[in-house]
Amino acid sequence: MIRCIRHTAAFTLLLLVALLVNAARVQLFAADEYTGNAANRRTVMARYAQPRGAVLVAGRPVTGSRDSGGRLRYERTYTEGPLYAPVTGYSSQEFGTSQIERAEDGILSGTDERLTTFAWWDELARAHRPGGNVVTTIRPDTQRAAFDGLGPRKGAVVAIEPRTGRILALASTPSYDPGELSGNGPSAGAAWLRLNNDADRPLLNRAIRQTYPPGSAFEVVTAAAALDSGLVTDIDAPADAPDPYPPGGAGGRFGNPSTGCAHATLRAAFLASCDTVFARLGAGIGARGMADAARGFGFDGRGLRIPSPVVPSTFGTRMAPAQVAQSAIGRYRTTATPLQMAMVAAAVANDGTLTPPRLVDRVTDADGTTVFSSSHRRARQAMGPATAQRLQEMMVDVVAHGSGRQAAIEGVTVGGKGGTAPYDPHNEGTPYAWFLSWARAKDRMQPAVAVAVVVEDPENVVANPENPENPENTEGPENPEEPENPEGTATVRADSDGAAPIARAVMRAALD
Amino acid sequence: MTATATAAPARPADTPPPPPCPPRRGIELALLVAAVLISVCGYLAVGLAKTHAVPGGAAGYGAGLGGLALLAHLAIRFRAPYADPLLLPIAVLLNGLGLVLIYRLDLETPGDLAAPIQLIWSTVGVALFTAVVVLLRDHRMLQRYAYVCAALALLLMAAPILFPALNGARIWIRVAGFSIQPGEFAKILITVFFAAYLAANRGALAHTGRTMGPLRLPTGRLLGPIVAIWLLSVAVLVLERDLGTSLLFFGVFVVLLYVATGRTGWIAVGLLLAGAGAAAVGTLEPHVHSRVQDWLHPFAGIAAGEGPGQLAQSLFAFAGGGMLGTGLGQGHSYLIGFAMKSDFILATFGEELGLAGLTALFTLYALLVARGYRAALALGDPFGSLLAVGLATLPAIQVFVIAGGVMGLIPLTGMAMPFLAQGGSSVVTNWIIIALLLRISDRAHAPRPEVSDLPATGCRPGPVLPEAGR
Repeated sequence: MIRCIRHTAAFTLLLLVALLVNAARVQLFAADEYTGNAANRRTVMARYAQPRGAVLVAGRPVTGSRDSGGRLRYERTYTEGPLYAPVTGYSSQEFGTSQIERAEDGILSGTDERLTTFAWWDELARAHRPGGNVVTTIRPDTQRAAFDGLGPRKGAVVAIEPRTGRILALASTPSYDPGELSGNGPSAGAAWLRLNNDADRPLLNRAIRQTYPPGSAFEVVTAAAALDSGLVTDIDAPADAPDPYPPGGAGGRFGNPSTGCAHATLRAAFLASCDTVFARLGAGIGARGMADAARGFGFDGRGLRIPSPVVPSTFGTRMAPAQVAQSAIGRYRTTATPLQMAMVAAAVANDGTLTPPRLVDRVTDADGTTVFSSSHRRARQAMGPATAQRLQEMMVDVVAHGSGRQAAIEGVTVGGKGGTAPYDPHNEGTPYAWFLSWARAKDRMQPAVAVAVVVEDPENVVANPENPENPENTEGPENPEEPENPEGTATVRADSDGAAPIARAVMRAALD
Repeated sequence: MTATATAAPARPADTPPPPPCPPRRGIELALLVAAVLISVCGYLAVGLAKTHAVPGGAAGYGAGLGGLALLAHLAIRFRAPYADPLLLPIAVLLNGLGLVLIYRLDLETPGDLAAPIQLIWSTVGVALFTAVVVLLRDHRMLQRYAYVCAALALLLMAAPILFPALNGARIWIRVAGFSIQPGEFAKILITVFFAAYLAANRGALAHTGRTMGPLRLPTGRLLGPIVAIWLLSVAVLVLERDLGTSLLFFGVFVVLLYVATGRTGWIAVGLLLAGAGAAAVGTLEPHVHSRVQDWLHPFAGIAAGEGPGQLAQSLFAFAGGGMLGTGLGQGHSYLIGFAMKSDFILATFGEELGLAGLTALFTLYALLVARGYRAALALGDPFGSLLAVGLATLPAIQVFVIAGGVMGLIPLTGMAMPFLAQGGSSVVTNWIIIALLLRISDRAHAPRPEVSDLPATGCRPGPVLPEAGR
């Protein structure tokens, strides 16, 4: 009997070992798999168990946290949601995060190891680090001017401090209130559906996530390439460009609505947006030269982050001369985000040096101690200083005598360049209106701000009583291959009417 | 362990008998103080984690648990002075930890407080424990009531059939607001009957029967009554759909049969029966079939878009604990929902105290079981040994079945974690089991000059646990 009792005891010992081995399997070896399971709420509950860090604009938080009392305890709040939505993005318990809320999530949620000295100890003690803060480069007055300037229209504004690359304004309309998406209740779900089904796509951050054909605004890049390559040495010498161009070509012809473009000087062509001249210049520079110049400004780059990811702007490399000519006037496959065009303006204003733009100045821990500062970013030369100076001259001309008159600010040196681009390849609908500009106080060496404005529906300006328009001379794209734009008259001078006043307001705010 | 030097084999007959075992009641008292302190610390930790303040009832809880422990200790000190000093502290610690866990989960369900009721039942359990220790002077008295126990057990198991089913099982009766699970008490009675019957007939069972290859099977005449009782109890349980208890009875039955007869043939027969039963029940009973499916595919519910099932939530909880646990009050095991305080209480333990805590807990249970077997080894009479083995095997199987179930080792079967889980009947039953084991160990270790030829007399603590594989 004693032997049998011992056998029984040995058997129960075996059961104990089985339990312990299985416990080690579940709690150690398979733990990561179980914890990573999407249906396991622990990860998400830990994430919302503490208030999220704040996004700061000019030292003041534009975000907050609300104790919902639920299992996902803290919900995000936004003080001025629609105004700063392109900057902050949303932080939703159900629909994820976007923009800074996504890019700096580790800091805001407290998981980033930069927030602690002894990460291993926090791991061991299962300590929850309080979320850190993200200090943005946005200036509230500039942001407000951009947002209000766009008003009910669809479009985007980016303002950059040319020397430092600090983004002063990043606006996109129509906007939305990210606070609506914060929670996990039915109202957040309804808001998500509504915003996603909205034809105007309010969730789209047009400033950095949408590319547009830049149209004649791209002529700044083409002019820079022409000057840098030596194709044009004197901006006041007549160019070798007939109108229309090419005279007998079949694969795409260019004409100008304005007169006086035939063999115009670069300065005059820039002033009047002569497509023929710039198409001719582009073809002369060649695909490789144009691509190199565009790349210098940031086109065809990879993975620019501010730190929100920016959609790459494209120029393309392999193409026939006719396509190079198209590309050189901002069509064909040339597309640009408003941020990219603001970088073009900033490079011109900053004597050819392009500082990579950034939206986050620094990140701090919950006590305000800086844990990372993004001040040192390598600048690069987008064009020669002499080229930049001649471009500045020409851009000042545009504001002084040309289509950019509405951007002029008294007592301030302002340079600008407008542009329109067809809505789609078939040239139907309203063209987009672009305006690039920069401003420098008369007593300063450094430019204060560079701005890019794009308005998708500039005819809305009629409905906007704050912007009385007065059509001037005509300028618009024309593609002989396509039928005449039936709404052509409605879009005349759209670039300066729609976009230039906005740029002016933003520059004024930035200069103050 | 410490006394192996005194346990010399082959003692000459003329040497004086070894001195009696020291009662070691002081050790028991010290361990009891430690057990109560650990429980109170757990209570404080929960309160501090959940409300950032010392919970109001801490002093009352500590005093209550300490009072119960003291009552039990005094009963042992005066009525069973040679009893094993580890059994009571382990029971108090497990019961105290169970109360802490239930209190902790009560904080998640403010409308449904289980801890106060559990404390009442614990008090009832300790009262019955004291009554058993005081009134039952000799465990051999139980042998006389073997058939009364059997009848009573069947009666208790049959009683819930008259009451409505609850959560798919017909195992509760409701009296004055309290739910009682009579099957829990039947466990002890059935074990007493098995032990008594096998002790009386083990010679006949072991030495008759026909040989079949290496196995020797017993004759039907001897087997008749015991198989009949067993079948009857299993039938009742299947009718009540309580497969956990059914499995428990079966396990104890096979173990006792093996210990009584020393015949491996019983294990073969037992395993055969178990295999056939499991296959039949697993395919025929939809309730059990779904449990098996759940065990094989714990995350099937997630893939089907129904969200994680209970077992998946339980595994998530254990995984959330990792090595050291989240700390008491800081886990999310309440996501398990239904039965989180009873069947799934171990998930809370595993999440908040981690693998380290779980290992300590399993070690406590192992120690409890080992002390039971130790008493069985040290005892001279077959009935007492069989009873001790049976009573110690009950919690062993229970822990394995429910812990293995909630951790995905075996299909889940509803069963209470001894002392830990919410459930009054279970707590009371476990206290009675501890009382009986204490009574038997007191008998085993007490000096008994009247039977001087037994090696168990004098101070000769039996081996704690044999090495595996012997």
